[in-house]
Amino acid sequence: MRTRATRSRAEARAGLTFIAPALGLIIVFFVLPVVAGFLLAATDFDIYAIGDPSTIRFVGLSNFAALLHDPVFWKALANTFYFVLVGGPLSVAVSLGAAMLVNARLVRFKGFFRTVYFAPVVTTMVAVAVVWRYLYHPRFGLANQILALLGLPDVNWLGDPRWAMPAIILMAVWKNFGYNMIIFVAGLQGIPTTLYEAARVDGAGAWQQFRRITVPALRPMLMFVGIITMIGYFQIFTEPYVLTGGTGGPLNATLSLVMYMYKQGFRWWNIGFAAAVALVLFLIILAGTLVQMRLQRGRE
Amino acid sequence: MAAGETTDLHRGRRGAVRATAALALALLPACGGTGHDATVELWALGREGEVVKSLLPAFERANPGVRVQLQQIPFTAAHEKILTAFVGRSTPDLAQLGNTWIPELVALEALEPLGARLAGASLAPRDFFPGIWATNEIDGEPYGVPWYVDTRLLFYRTDLYTQAGVVRPPQSWEEWREDMRRVKALPGAERYGILLPIDEWAQPVVLALQAGAGLLADGGRRGDFHDPRFRRAFEFYVSLFAERLAPPLGNAQVANPYQQFADGYFASWITGPWNLSEFRRRIPKERQGDWTTAPLAAVAERDFPGVSLAGGSSLVIFRASKHKEAAFRLIEYLAGVRQQVEFYRLIGDLPARTAAWDDPALTADPHLRAFREQLQHVEPMPRVPEWERIAWAIAEAAERVILGQQTMDRSLDQLQTEVDKMLAKRRFLLDRRTRGAGQ
Repeated sequence: MRTRATRSRAEARAGLTFIAPALGLIIVFFVLPVVAGFLLAATDFDIYAIGDPSTIRFVGLSNFAALLHDPVFWKALANTFYFVLVGGPLSVAVSLGAAMLVNARLVRFKGFFRTVYFAPVVTTMVAVAVVWRYLYHPRFGLANQILALLGLPDVNWLGDPRWAMPAIILMAVWKNFGYNMIIFVAGLQGIPTTLYEAARVDGAGAWQQFRRITVPALRPMLMFVGIITMIGYFQIFTEPYVLTGGTGGPLNATLSLVMYMYKQGFRWWNIGFAAAVALVLFLIILAGTLVQMRLQRGRE
Repeated sequence: MAAGETTDLHRGRRGAVRATAALALALLPACGGTGHDATVELWALGREGEVVKSLLPAFERANPGVRVQLQQIPFTAAHEKILTAFVGRSTPDLAQLGNTWIPELVALEALEPLGARLAGASLAPRDFFPGIWATNEIDGEPYGVPWYVDTRLLFYRTDLYTQAGVVRPPQSWEEWREDMRRVKALPGAERYGILLPIDEWAQPVVLALQAGAGLLADGGRRGDFHDPRFRRAFEFYVSLFAERLAPPLGNAQVANPYQQFADGYFASWITGPWNLSEFRRRIPKERQGDWTTAPLAAVAERDFPGVSLAGGSSLVIFRASKHKEAAFRLIEYLAGVRQQVEFYRLIGDLPARTAAWDDPALTADPHLRAFREQLQHVEPMPRVPEWERIAWAIAEAAERVILGQQTMDRSLDQLQTEVDKMLAKRRFLLDRRTRGAGQ
């Protein structure tokens, strides 16, 4: 008995030695910054503090109180939720649809379509934004020309506070769906065709096959894709940043939480306040992930 | 030196140079006179950083023993880069700074005051445009020397103005508005009198300065947006959109303003010297004779020309520099009349030194006349570190009214509250300082 205990202690020590380098890195580059972030959020660290640290004041929770009274924060929060709740499901649905199309037996040139749909994912965001800005141009843009063909009135896509967010969502979904599509394609290819054949023999239609076979079989992928998309979409930054020239306009209609944090922290150097925003975003994402995991587990 | 070199490599090499220099000094203690070896590190931004390279060899020849090490920094990353360098104690000896950044770096005590050095120098404040020089002074002490200047004025379509029966560029606000109405009423496609991108703060701020608004009150402790002068300018600016004399578009939506200016979609534009070469390059040949520049209108005709922004870049020395003497000599050299003219030739930057404007290279360009006149009438913006943030808040306040989200009263109230909040820390620090001085 004793020898086993000593051995396991020795093993533990050896194990600790092996993981020490990785653990050290995690502590230095992850744990410490997180702790520093918590501490910063409780101070008014700003441009003056960079020059003279003695001007830092400990403000407790008043950054958070200020946050709750800041209409721009609420606007950014609402925008972020708008983007996640509309853009997220839309993105997952489009990816799944595209995956099923690409995977359908009747489709030829599967590899070609997979590449085409995946291309936007690996294209530089800035280049994409330049092109989309032209598509959304109020006078010459393709988007408005299509509307005109349908007999619909012009839309000032990026200039009208009501349309700016839908415009960003449209672009973001187009840009990102290819990645999730590939994951779904992999999942679809893992479903044995015998299941479908058996279902058809039993008289199941296309919708029933989708509901009873495809969706349950894809559940792990759906969960993974759902969580990853949600986390990514909560952190939306680049799309509105480059499409609106860094302003989040018009009238903050496309200002996301991360953009707000960036503006506060790195443009105006209100580091303490920005840290508080980051903390709030972290809590929201954590809550969202927990809810999603609970929902998925409840279904199993 | 290669522009893309990394900072680490760069710092390592600088260290090596220093070590060598120290060794050389230790071995040759008798080396007297001016023979101190100094490597001066200069940070220059954007295109200026590329072009200044060709001016440096002549300086090095005239100053044996002084080497200039040039680091080129993209303009968009410059602000962050300089602040991080300050935090990391790796600031260069001297740098080019946008003159609106000076108050911020002075607040950080990062910059060397230049008053004493200027007393015995070959250049004096009166050699520069007064409004431009003022941007370099904080509480009466100069911290930078202007390198090149920027300001904004009116670029307009002479053919459209003539067609609309306008005989001269506008001199008062009301005349200006009338001109825009006439241009708007011209037959043909949809047309606007002026382009004022609603996500830029320069235009509403210029109008406020013209109306005599101070923008901030009480030594920069609070906003001053309930001042009737500010309100008057704000009303004028917003009314141009309400009357549809200006399109309610942001910069990102205009896409190609040059083409739309050439098409006559808008007949004028308030912009700066960086667009002179763009206009020459991008506007079709047959339209090149149809545009020119004019100083901005004033509120009343007797005050013409109205003031504009005192923009541009300055050269500053950092407090941590070990070669301030040599760095200042480099500033004197770059601000010299001949180098200023040469710099204009190379890149088109307008000289800060007034004497350089008498050179034929500048007098030959008719579009520059308006700039020369406008530069006599430029004013610095409030010199507080929070300025840029305040300026954005002003633009956003105007945008809220233009897009019909708020009434003017509510928008100005909100602006006042926001700006007072931004200045809270400054109030606290200033009050603490005065209390400390009182004790």
